[in-house]
Order: sequence, then C-alpha cells, then structure tokens
Amino acid sequence: MATATGIHHRSYRSELALRQTKAERLRLALVVLGALAMPFVVNVYWLSIVNTILIAVVGAVGLNILVGYTGQISIGTGGFLAVGAFTSAIVYERAQLPAVVAIAAAVLLTAAIGAFFGLPALRLAGFYLAIATLAAQVIIVFVARRWDWLTGGTGFIDVRAFELFGWEVGAGLFEVEWYAVLLVVAGLAVFAARNLFRTDLGRSFMAVRDQDVAAAAMGVNVTRTKVMAFAVSSGFIGLAGALTAHYTQTVSWERFTLDVSILYLAMIIVGGLGTIAGSVYGAAFMSLLPPVLTAASNAVQGSVPTLAEQLPALQVTVFGLVIVLFLIFEPRGLNHIWQRVKDYGRTWPFRT
Amino acid sequence: MASRAYRHSLNGSLLEPGHTLLEIEGVVLAFGGINALENVGLSATQGRIHAVIGPNGAGKSSLLNCISGLYRPQRGRIELHTGQGRHDLATMRPHRIARLGVARSFQNIELFSHLTVLENLMLGRHVHMSRRLVPSMLWFGPARRQEIAHRELVEEVVDLLQIQAVRHRVVSSLPYGVQKRVELGRALCMQPALLLLDEPMAGMNVEEKEDMARFILDVHELRGVTVMLIEHDMNVVMDLSDRVSVLDFGRLIADGSPEEVRNDPAVIEAYLGAEAGAG
Ligand SMILES: Nc1ncnc2c1ncn2[C@@H]1O[C@H](COP(=O)(O)OP(=O)(O)O)[C@@H](O)[C@H]1O
Ligand SMILES: [Mg+2]
Repeated sequence: MATATGIHHRSYRSELALRQTKAERLRLALVVLGALAMPFVVNVYWLSIVNTILIAVVGAVGLNILVGYTGQISIGTGGFLAVGAFTSAIVYERAQLPAVVAIAAAVLLTAAIGAFFGLPALRLAGFYLAIATLAAQVIIVFVARRWDWLTGGTGFIDVRAFELFGWEVGAGLFEVEWYAVLLVVAGLAVFAARNLFRTDLGRSFMAVRDQDVAAAAMGVNVTRTKVMAFAVSSGFIGLAGALTAHYTQTVSWERFTLDVSILYLAMIIVGGLGTIAGSVYGAAFMSLLPPVLTAASNAVQGSVPTLAEQLPALQVTVFGLVIVLFLIFEPRGLNHIWQRVKDYGRTWPFRT
Repeated sequence: MASRAYRHSLNGSLLEPGHTLLEIEGVVLAFGGINALENVGLSATQGRIHAVIGPNGAGKSSLLNCISGLYRPQRGRIELHTGQGRHDLATMRPHRIARLGVARSFQNIELFSHLTVLENLMLGRHVHMSRRLVPSMLWFGPARRQEIAHRELVEEVVDLLQIQAVRHRVVSSLPYGVQKRVELGRALCMQPALLLLDEPMAGMNVEEKEDMARFILDVHELRGVTVMLIEHDMNVVMDLSDRVSVLDFGRLIADGSPEEVRNDPAVIEAYLGAEAGAG
C-alpha cells in the first residue's frame, strides 16, 4: 500500500513485487505503449536499427549476468555469439528442423561451450581470466573459418526464411514482423534475468562476486556457481547469436570478431554493470551511436564536407571516448543516471 | 511492540544438550616455518558456549578456519557429530561443511557488500533452498513460494537482532557495529548446528559490546544454539562462556571452566607476557 509516508506492505508477496508504486507501474505502461507504437512511428531504416538493438539486449543481458553479477570477466562474447549463430543456422538449414528446435539447440550448445571455456575461472581471475576467454574467442572463430564441414570452407552459411510455427516471419513487412518477434524474445530475456536475481541462484552469483570465501562458508559451491554463471550467460549470448543468424539470413564469421566482444563489454559498462535495465540502456546506446553519428554527419554534409569524409575515423574515436568518459565520470552507467533522475523527480521540490 | 512466539528453531543440531558435538584431535597447521597450530585438541559440547582465547597470533582464527574448511590442517582430526553420523571436517570443502550446519562469522567483516541486509540474510538460507534454473527464471510458482517461505525465518532473525530499520539498506553503507550484527544474523539464518564467531565484539564501543553479548546469550539461551566464540577480552569471556580453551603460540595451554582457566598460572603467564610484550 502506498501512502504519504511511504510504502507499507502487508505481505512478503507484495514486497517482493518488482513494481510497487503507481509511478513505477505508470512507467511500465508507458514503455509498453511506446514499444507497441514503435513500428508506426519510425521508418523502416530506424526500425531495422531497433531490431538490432533488441538482439543486442539479449546478448548484453547475458554478458552482464557473467561480468556484472558474478564478477567474472569475459572477452569471448563474439565467439559465443558465433556458436549460437552457426548452430542454429546448421540445425535449421541442413537438418531442416523447426526454428524453435534450432534455437533451443543453439542456446544449449552455447551454454555448454561457455561452461567449458569458463573452467579457467576456477583458477584465474581478472586480467588472466580475460586472456583465457580471449582464447575462446580466437579458437571459435578459427574453427568457424576453417572447418570445411561447417561452412563448406567459405565461412558463410545462407539461412532460409525464418518460419515460426508455420508463420514465415518477414514475408510481408519484414522489419515490422521481425520487430514483433524480437520484442517478445528480448522482453522474455529481460524478464527471466530480472527473476533470476530475485532468487537464490542469482544471489549465489552475486555472493561469489562480492566475497567468495564467505560464500563458500555459507554453503555456496563456488566452483559450480562460476561454471553455472558461464553457462547461463552463454545461453543468453547463444540466443542472441541464433537470432542474428535468422534475422540477417546469413551467418559469416566476420560478424563475430574480437571487436564484437569489446562492443558488448562497452554496452554493459556504459549501461551499468550488474543491472538488467543498464544492459538494455547500454545495448540501445551503443547500437544507436553509429547511425546517429552517420545521420548527424549527413545533415552537415553540405556545410562541412570534410567532416562527412572523416566519418569512419570519427565513429571509432567517439566509441572509445564514450567508454573512457563513462569509466571516469559515471562508472555505474546510464542506469545510475536514470536512478538519479527518478530520485530527483520523487523528492522534488526538496533537495536531497 | 508485541512479541511473537518463535515459529522457527534456529538450532540445527539433532543432538541432545550435553552430548559431544565437535571433537578436535592432534591438529597441526603450519604456514612455511610458522606453526599456527601445534597438536591442538579440544571438544565442544552441544548446548554450550565455548570460548577460545589467547593473545594475538595465538592461532585462534586458524583453528576456526580449520573447522570451517577454509584452512586444511596438515595433520589431525576434526570430527563433527550430527546425530546421524560423524564427519571429518579436516578433509572436507567449506561448502560441504556449511551444509552439515557449521556457520560462522569472520574477524574482519566479510559480508556481501553490494547486497542489502535482506539479501545477505537470505544467503544464509542458501543451504536450505533449491535453485533450479527454469523455475528461478519464471519466478511465479515454486521460486516465489520458496522466497516467501524462507523470508519468514529471516524476518525472525531480523527481529531478534533488531535490524528491522536497515532491512533494505546495502550493507556497505551501514556502520561497523550494525555490519557485525548482520554477519551474526547471516550465520544464524543457516539454522546452525554449530555457530563459530570470530571476535564478534572486536572494534566495538562498550554499548555495542553489551548489545552483542546480549544477542549471543539470546541465541544460546532462547534458541539453544551451540556457540564457539573467539574473544580477546577476558572479562567478556568469563561472563559469557561455559567452557574456555586457551591457545598460546599455537599450543593449547589450558582448557576448562572459566574459573579454572582464570586461575591457571600458564594462562596468567601468557596474558601477562603478551601485555608486557605489547606494552
Ligand atoms: N593465511 C595465512 N598465511 C600465513 N600465515 C598465517 C595465515 N593465517 C594465519 N597465519 C599465521 O598463523 C599465526 C596465527 O594466526 P591467527 O590464527 O590469525 O591468530 P589469532 O586469530 O589468534 O590472532 C600467526 O603467526 C599468523 O601470522
Ligand atoms: Mg584472529
């Protein structure tokens, strides 16, 4: 119950609800409305960018589970995306199995491979673990490039149109139909991850991050928990990889190189480590940065032609600059900025 | 405030009071050239408060770490009697030992610093909870029911330790004395068969010390939990404990009732020696 003196709960059940105040429920309603209105408001070009954001959300949530919530660094994201993409494409294309089966296989196999490459985390931490996960990145992409059976020696697989329970997604309005599918999947991924950290399993991840000795003394099997975190995280990333494969209808190893791993790390740093909402903000922010820069330079092309020419260099520079600025000025990311805005609104006109 | 009847037992041991709960024999632990523990043997009884005292560096924390599996002694036996069997803790991993009902606090607070008080206490329920992936991600159904059920016991501990007001606060933002209390609470939430406390009153002011002593007595008298306590302060120990073991340079130099130990020449020597050395 919300009153002038604060929120008063009458049951643990109501206290455990994710949204407790009218403002929170109103915001959720606005987000849902905005999401439903999206395809009618933006054009096809921007809708395609929204679709890539939705896929990135799934991957960023997955990476944040590992890095932000469990404190295990990984720069193997590109490799795990590749496992998901190639698995789903091969199962769907070669074995001609239904899309759901292909995606489920991709999630499970990526989780297993992620758990395997997470084994060094039992002995290594920090910088050394980062290097060990870099091995995952390099090995997986190498296999994708060179294993003839996988890609016929070309490193590419074409994927037929995505068919979901008899519905050929994208046969009509391609981006709009994909938007519907990706919105549901990304929504479910966020929902699942939020729930995870309200339960004992998610808490044990955070316990290992904060104090692994105390965690062990509380009965947490630290070894198992770390491997589990790698598996769960990689499962989400594998899902993002599979979605990329079906959405772009082609899989090529070039999409899964080390810079993709760095990009995903940037998303969760900019959005906020150890927050689900931050993963969403970060995925949106980092995916919007290049098209917004392009649009901006197109706008000034007439007046400042040299700027438009320098666009590729400019994008890389801005990319690096954004990460550095966040690390220095707001290490808790966009999510924390948004928290402060909300606090300000809640207590206005009083200063805290 | 109306007091509620206790609905949950915080004592996880199946033994009757007076039975031997923990038997330590011939424990040797060395770090390089330093012998932290030399042939230490003692036993703890169900339903008692057992103090381990001794000057700084005597090996008290090392002994506790051996019991909870954080250190592995080179020799010796540490046997826990659960009422359903005996387990040699000297060769077990920490999380297995915790599952047998051995809970502990640390000399330097080791809370999960980014989590709230409630989340820290709920982690004390870890060994009693199931954590299957799919129900956890779905939340509605078994996962939520489990959270609510365990929350009830946790709230009883919150009431017992009077930390209601800070429930939702992140622990690292709390004062030192409250953090110490939360750490005791986290261990209690495990419903321990044996509660190990490493200097629960260190660094506190007199008032906080009195509160903490009261809580430990409550836990023990009202809830029947067996406590093994390390404490530096002789006076506190004499007030609280039923039995006292004294360590000095890794050796057990006395073991008995508080009166016996207080008048033991070797103990007086060790403490005076330590004070002279420190002074
Ligand atoms: N992890 C460790 N590594 C090396 N030496 C240790 C370690 N833990 C304890 N010691 C040594 O063991 C001895 C006993 O320490 P400790 O058990 O902490 O004493 P107390 O708790 O009685 O003050 C000290 O000499 C200490 O330096
Ligand atoms: Mg000590």
